[in-house]
Amino acid sequence: MGKIVVDVMLKPEILDPQGKAVAAALPRLGFSFATDVRQGKRFEITVDGDVTPAQIAEVEKAAEVLLANPVIETFTVRAE
Amino acid sequence: MRIGVVTFPGTLDDRDAARAVKYAGAEAVSLWHGDADLKGVDAVILPGGFSYGDYLRCGAISRFAPVMTEIIAQANKGMPVLGICNGFQVLCEAHLLPGALTRNHELHFLCRDQTLKIENTTSAWTSNFTKGQEIVIPLKNGEGSFQCDDETLKSLEDNNRIIIRYVGENPNGSRNLIAGITNERGNVVGLMPHPEHAIDSLTGPSTDGLPFFISVLTALVGK
Repeated sequence: MGKIVVDVMLKPEILDPQGKAVAAALPRLGFSFATDVRQGKRFEITVDGDVTPAQIAEVEKAAEVLLANPVIETFTVRAE
Repeated sequence: MRIGVVTFPGTLDDRDAARAVKYAGAEAVSLWHGDADLKGVDAVILPGGFSYGDYLRCGAISRFAPVMTEIIAQANKGMPVLGICNGFQVLCEAHLLPGALTRNHELHFLCRDQTLKIENTTSAWTSNFTKGQEIVIPLKNGEGSFQCDDETLKSLEDNNRIIIRYVGENPNGSRNLIAGITNERGNVVGLMPHPEHAIDSLTGPSTDGLPFFISVLTALVGK
């Protein structure tokens, strides 16, 4: 079985309150490494057999209409 | 006049929306998300709630419901459509309105009586207000921060497409204090606050919400 991974992130110019909350929580726990945190979504899509370029193209189409909202988000698609 | 009120799985405010339609003097017609049938209604309201549990993104799944195919087609022909809260999110996901509603900037779910200012009185849903009028109606949402790119924002401002703005402190981080917008034609309106909860002083903070529902009847009579 093959796996296709879609990562969805808010565009850099869109405010990410969840990422900001995480960034604020880290130093409270003693983690001082972060200057910024952005939070996104990851989809793992399982397909029969090895992942084909045609399937990647299909998933890209699905990401454009459903998995991501191109008004506020960007996405990447890859086989894993 | 017959105004359809759509129920999706997870819709909460369909009954209040139907009640507001009746208070305005029209007949409320229940529409089911799974039926691609608008039952011949003259206008449609997409009420508030948490359709499909807000899974994926608010309104992202509802936007593909069978009833939406018909609503999108009719809206593009000029039928008045009002989306309230989750309904506004559905309209943005359906690309009937520009922009998107994102998580409130302080992350809190807000529930309060909100002062707002009417900016546009030419849309199908706001003609019974006066420009600059201040109203108080409930605001209750977790993802009500209106976001869009600079070009879209400028176009909304320049073309008088901002229907209503928050007065005072920005409650949720919305760009330019935007609480509601309309499409180019003025028939499709999205609102974050809830006029259907403010139609009777017994059950709401004011009756300031009622003119939205009366406005659409005026618009339909004038057609």
